[in-house]
Amino acid sequence: MREIKYAAALREALAEEMRRDDRVFVFGEDVELGYAFTVCKGLIEEFGPDRVRDTPICEQTIVGIAVGASMMGMRPVAEIQFCDLLPLCMDQMCNQAAKLRYMSGGQVSFPLVIRSPAGKWGGFAAQHSQTLDAWFMNVPGLKVAVPATPYDAKGLLKTAIRDDNPVLFIERKLLYQISGPVPEEEYLVPFGVAKTYQEGKDVTVVAIGRMVSVALKATEVLEKEGIYGTLVDPRTLVPLDKNTILESVQKTHRVVIVEEGPKTGGVGAEIAALIAEEALDYLDAPIVRIAALDSPIPFNVALEDYILPNERKIVEAVSTLIRT
Amino acid sequence: MNRSWTISKERARDLYRKLSTVRQFEEKVDELFREGKIFGTVHTSIGQEAIPVGVAEALRENDLVIATHRGHGHCLMRGADVRSMMAELLGKATGLCKGKGGSMHIVDVKKGMLGAMGIVGAGMPIATGVGVALKMQKTGKVCVCFFGDNASNGGPFHESLNVSALWKLPVVFVCENNLYGLSVSVKKTSAVSDIAVRAKAYGIPGIIVDGMDVLAVHEAAQEAVQKARDGGGPSLLECKTYRFLGHSRGDPAYGPYRTKEELESWKKRDPLLVLIQRSGLSAKDTEEIDKEVDEVIRAAARYAEESPPPELRSALEDIYA
Repeated sequence: MREIKYAAALREALAEEMRRDDRVFVFGEDVELGYAFTVCKGLIEEFGPDRVRDTPICEQTIVGIAVGASMMGMRPVAEIQFCDLLPLCMDQMCNQAAKLRYMSGGQVSFPLVIRSPAGKWGGFAAQHSQTLDAWFMNVPGLKVAVPATPYDAKGLLKTAIRDDNPVLFIERKLLYQISGPVPEEEYLVPFGVAKTYQEGKDVTVVAIGRMVSVALKATEVLEKEGIYGTLVDPRTLVPLDKNTILESVQKTHRVVIVEEGPKTGGVGAEIAALIAEEALDYLDAPIVRIAALDSPIPFNVALEDYILPNERKIVEAVSTLIRT
Repeated sequence: MNRSWTISKERARDLYRKLSTVRQFEEKVDELFREGKIFGTVHTSIGQEAIPVGVAEALRENDLVIATHRGHGHCLMRGADVRSMMAELLGKATGLCKGKGGSMHIVDVKKGMLGAMGIVGAGMPIATGVGVALKMQKTGKVCVCFFGDNASNGGPFHESLNVSALWKLPVVFVCENNLYGLSVSVKKTSAVSDIAVRAKAYGIPGIIVDGMDVLAVHEAAQEAVQKARDGGGPSLLECKTYRFLGHSRGDPAYGPYRTKEELESWKKRDPLLVLIQRSGLSAKDTEEIDKEVDEVIRAAARYAEESPPPELRSALEDIYA
């Protein structure tokens, strides 16, 4: 199978959906030239300035435009250039997009997508490096997708655009230039279906976003030590594929959850609570969460690496857990 | 605002009926709230009726409206069913939103009433998005976005006016300047006394309108709506008005932050009185209309009270499409 980059896979998803459906249009800051991460690069040449448009720097209104346009039957895809800017959009995302359907008694739907990159970029400090996935799991009415590979990026984005609900699509900066196999023929990746990378009897590793590839490397190292892990990527946090996670935990009896956001109140906290509620009797050892330390992301890259989870931290945690 | 208007008796009666409908609806809501039949809070628009009525006169059936938390009048004037509206305010299964929206979030999408907005200013970016869609779809439709004076002090106002002007969107922004945001005078919250002057920053018309005069509101709205429909982009209308009751229930009409004298002076310009003066409607006419409207409103309240509450399981419906 051909290999393309994560950013290119996203671009293909946008282009295919825009060709398929005239109601789809993309907009945001720098999208005409495809800055900052090249996802929208070149789209304007095929689709023109009406359907690929730069906006002023006004994130709240960018999301508001998506809300209003989707309400009128369009299928807007808004780009928020860094997920650290999502706090500026909280009212439109969480009070409006997520709730207007409910408050109207189901009179109207909001088929919109907000794409935004999260995570480390290297030395971008506390306002351009955050991973905020967990915030949005707490907002009924929103769906949240976090693709970890070029294949999932394309398939999930196409599903997101066709979904009749508001979808927050959280990408990863460090993944944009990573290549992976992506079929040339059309495919979709459904929401709420986790991906299991490999099955191992000793431990379940649940990883999110960029941490999937980091955990994959960690499991390769662990295999050399004779420790075999099952790696599960939920792919969408809302809806969350609980069954795949629980079934794996029931087989391996040990679980490590890895995410790039801060530990307290994180995605791992929710998944850990789920396992504790529904599979506690199957556990032979405490649940382990590997996450960013509870700190803003520091500017200095050595400090940044200290704060964030990495391959070594996963290997160490799993090795310790296996001895428990 | 000293223009003399000549309007037909038929049109005067029609406008009076509309003003009376909003007025009596709000009075009934106030009464039901005091009786403990409405949950939460309500924001009535008594005193401000000329604005939803006058603007609605300038709209076509398939145009769109986004209103504020004080949005009963706008919903009524889009032609929403009075009984379903009242049932919604009482949280009933038969309500427009199945009892899940209530006063602050009343919506009737089929009638082009896209929603009252519970968050101040939030409707403005959404109206901008509606405008983007309308322009892309080449529908010839217009969206009117209502907001209060204090919303114009927030970011969404400025962002939305900028984008709407930049892209020449078919949106009309109507400020209902009732001089107070919550308990605070506009003098203490806004650096300018006329909100309309803010239009200048975005290169669009900013027009001050007598918000107590339904004919003046209609005339100004007509022009702005036509301009928007013709591709001329947005306008900002500032309708000077006054709410005769408090901000919400529990807030007195005068006392802590408004004087009785101020209230009384505005009541002399009650939109219903202004229309009577302008049109020469007789007491016989107005009494007859008031009585007919009263029957409609009473029937709606009765329907709402007799309607069943929603089933508990409906709380988990309509979260996702």
